[in-house]
Amino acid sequence: MKNDKNTKNNPVFTWKIGGIAGGGQQVAGLIFTKACVHGGLYTFDSSEYPSRIRGGLVTYRVSIGQEPVNSIYQKNQLLIALTREAFEYCLADVAAEGVILYDSDEFEIKADEANGKKIYPLPLEKLAKEAGIKSIASNIIITGACTALLDYDLEILNEVIKETFAGKGEEVVAMNLTAAKFGYDYAKKNLDADKFPYKLKAQGKNDQSIVVTANDTICLAAVACGCKFFSAYPMTPASSILQILAGWALKTDMVVKHPEDEISAMHMAIGAAYAGVRSMTCTSGGGFALMNEGLSLAGITETPLVIIESQRPGPATGLPTWTEQGDLAYVVNSGHGEFLRVVLAPGDPTEAFYLTTQAFNLAEKYQIPVFVLVDKYISEGHESIVEPDLAKFEINRGKLLTEADLAKITDYQRYQITADGVSPRAIPGQAGGVHLVNSDEHDEFGFTIEGFTPEIRNQMAKKRAAKLAGILADLPKPELFGPAIAKLTLVGWGSVKGPVLEALKSLTDVNYLHLAAPWPLDSATMKVAVKGAKKLVSIENNQTAQLANLLQQATGISVDQRLTKYNGAQFFPEEIVELVGKL
Amino acid sequence: MAKDTDFMTKIKPTWCVGCGNFGIWTALRQALAELSLEPHQVVMSFDIGCCGNGANWHRVYGFHSLHGRPLPVAYAVKLANHDLKVIAISGDGGGYGEGGNHFIHTCRGNIDITYIIHNNHRYSLTTGQASPTTGHGEKTKSTPDGLIEYPFNGLQVAITLGATFVAQGYSDEVVHLKELFKKAISHPGFSLVDVLQPCVIFNGKDVREQYRAKVYKLEESNYQPNDKAVAYAKAGETEKLPIGVLYQESRPTYEQQLPQLAKQTLVKQEVKKVEISELLKEFK
Repeated sequence: MKNDKNTKNNPVFTWKIGGIAGGGQQVAGLIFTKACVHGGLYTFDSSEYPSRIRGGLVTYRVSIGQEPVNSIYQKNQLLIALTREAFEYCLADVAAEGVILYDSDEFEIKADEANGKKIYPLPLEKLAKEAGIKSIASNIIITGACTALLDYDLEILNEVIKETFAGKGEEVVAMNLTAAKFGYDYAKKNLDADKFPYKLKAQGKNDQSIVVTANDTICLAAVACGCKFFSAYPMTPASSILQILAGWALKTDMVVKHPEDEISAMHMAIGAAYAGVRSMTCTSGGGFALMNEGLSLAGITETPLVIIESQRPGPATGLPTWTEQGDLAYVVNSGHGEFLRVVLAPGDPTEAFYLTTQAFNLAEKYQIPVFVLVDKYISEGHESIVEPDLAKFEINRGKLLTEADLAKITDYQRYQITADGVSPRAIPGQAGGVHLVNSDEHDEFGFTIEGFTPEIRNQMAKKRAAKLAGILADLPKPELFGPAIAKLTLVGWGSVKGPVLEALKSLTDVNYLHLAAPWPLDSATMKVAVKGAKKLVSIENNQTAQLANLLQQATGISVDQRLTKYNGAQFFPEEIVELVGKL
Repeated sequence: MAKDTDFMTKIKPTWCVGCGNFGIWTALRQALAELSLEPHQVVMSFDIGCCGNGANWHRVYGFHSLHGRPLPVAYAVKLANHDLKVIAISGDGGGYGEGGNHFIHTCRGNIDITYIIHNNHRYSLTTGQASPTTGHGEKTKSTPDGLIEYPFNGLQVAITLGATFVAQGYSDEVVHLKELFKKAISHPGFSLVDVLQPCVIFNGKDVREQYRAKVYKLEESNYQPNDKAVAYAKAGETEKLPIGVLYQESRPTYEQQLPQLAKQTLVKQEVKKVEISELLKEFK
């Protein structure tokens, strides 16, 4: 950051690189990000990429701060454009005093084309040749050049390069170190580094030492809290969960299965849970659509299940590689028939970790399906966070019977009517626990009933519904950020949290009510939560203000206004500040 | 040791008098008893249909799944606890139609479960529509002008996709079927037993007469079930209907190839907090 800038008004430095798919921007960008984190700075990144494997336009941007950064910012202080297309697309977001580095071997920028921004040519092809490195490493030349321009510590960058490429052998590590040094020296010598308008200063080590996405922390949480079975079908932006857990399967003794379709993935997760194992699946909206009947099956059979749904814009195929919060209402109402489910919506990777551990507990304690609803923005965006603390969560498997328990029971009833709605659960293999789990409506033993015994149907439906009281007591409560009393209260869920928290740094008299558990909503709890609000405005990354509608439906609370965004991108802090100003 | 009656609940079957399902039910529970299994050691995953209603009178750990979906449930139950004997039950409709994709891909992995198809060439519980195994030209509730498609041959599909035990049975040949079930359940790997099953309501009045004339036992010829091409041809016979083991081979099962399961079943692993410091290293 410029050292003379007021940190309240301009707390972050945003670096953005744009090039082609397959060009290595994300790898280089993450290296640069980690170099910042190793130097005690805080980061939040976000990539834009199309639905293709090579060519096109891909961007990587990271917002860097001296205090925790909760979101990516729209404006960039430093843009690196590797193609003409990248330059043209990214130009509008270069900040007022921002600068542009560009690959002068790839394309030319004429004097009047850059909106008055200072441009720095970097002849990457020539430099790669001179350095004797493969062109795939040219992005590392750029990170070296940036390090010089920003007067950051090259040793820290080298440390990250060594760690990143350690698995690829000494030659690859050496090549990338050479690339970094080359870019560094070239920039010092040829790009007037001393007069560069921005500086990044390392500030020792801090406790936010890991750089993770919400998908990463969901995986870590699943491992940490004893999930042993995972089945999923690839779908952007959830696919990395399958890949990460598959990569860790032998280390963690987890069985990870990629089956023929989402219907199978869902039913496998149900089967494993029925057999007594903590079990999970993941997908995005379209894949979840295929899982609906299975969800209904989990509901009536009362099988514990954790479902990670990472949203992207719909409908149908929609914008596969972009972001939206468009499935809340769908997930809440999904699966035909009437049955309970919990929807947890973390706002960042840290919340995603702890809420995932809670999801498994809620699923097993109440024998219901539990969703962890995320989206592309946090599923694939990295944030520097404090390492998760295993002491900060517990493991609760609910009413699981042992064989000793079963020995004391005659004629075991899997769906015994209980006051709290939860029936003690036997699992296959246990002597004395033989029972039927049934997708048909059933009696306490699990045997099929017809409509000729409507009183049993009523009993079962009431038993399943009775779980709600316990669930509501266990759910995370709405959390207020900012001043206790404010003229304006923003209310939101999931990933709007980060952009709003950043916006709050530049706003006065505004607070934010975050709902990490948008369903089920408890009237009493919500009324207490919004009690002090003078003006209540919802902010959601969707078109129809789904949370605002659910809030109205479930509690009668209406918001005074609804802020929505549904163009494929998440909210930016600057944008929120502007929108609030207009309210 | 369990008797075959130990595998019966107190629920009275709702199948029609004369339904082929009775023969299959008898053969199956006798097979389980003769294999010295106890009800709590067996999991059965049922489809929706007449065969699926059997979930109520089979006394085992039963899972009455959705239509076409018993296989993925059975698959995962086996992965979660491979000490269990796992059997999946479908009809020709749920097994080869709604659940076709699961059938195709389950054959490929050789998971050690037994899949029993109650093949009556109709969707009977929904009152008689055409199923994937209905004959070309047949007039049914959903094809009153004659079925255009040719039938799905589950036996041939299974052989093609790598199933390591493929057999055809006939529900009226209860003793023969019981022996077939014993072999299938004992076979380490994916076993398909497609059972010809007369439906007294929706098949022709002469269905049993037809079967009696056509069915013959492979064991009574010199048939060797060790050749895929021969088995494929045998499975395609329609003038005569061979019952017995068409094909069998030995291949590692899916779960045998998972080191995670080498020491103990997945469900026996204690569920407790797991240290993640090693895993965190890649994020630093």
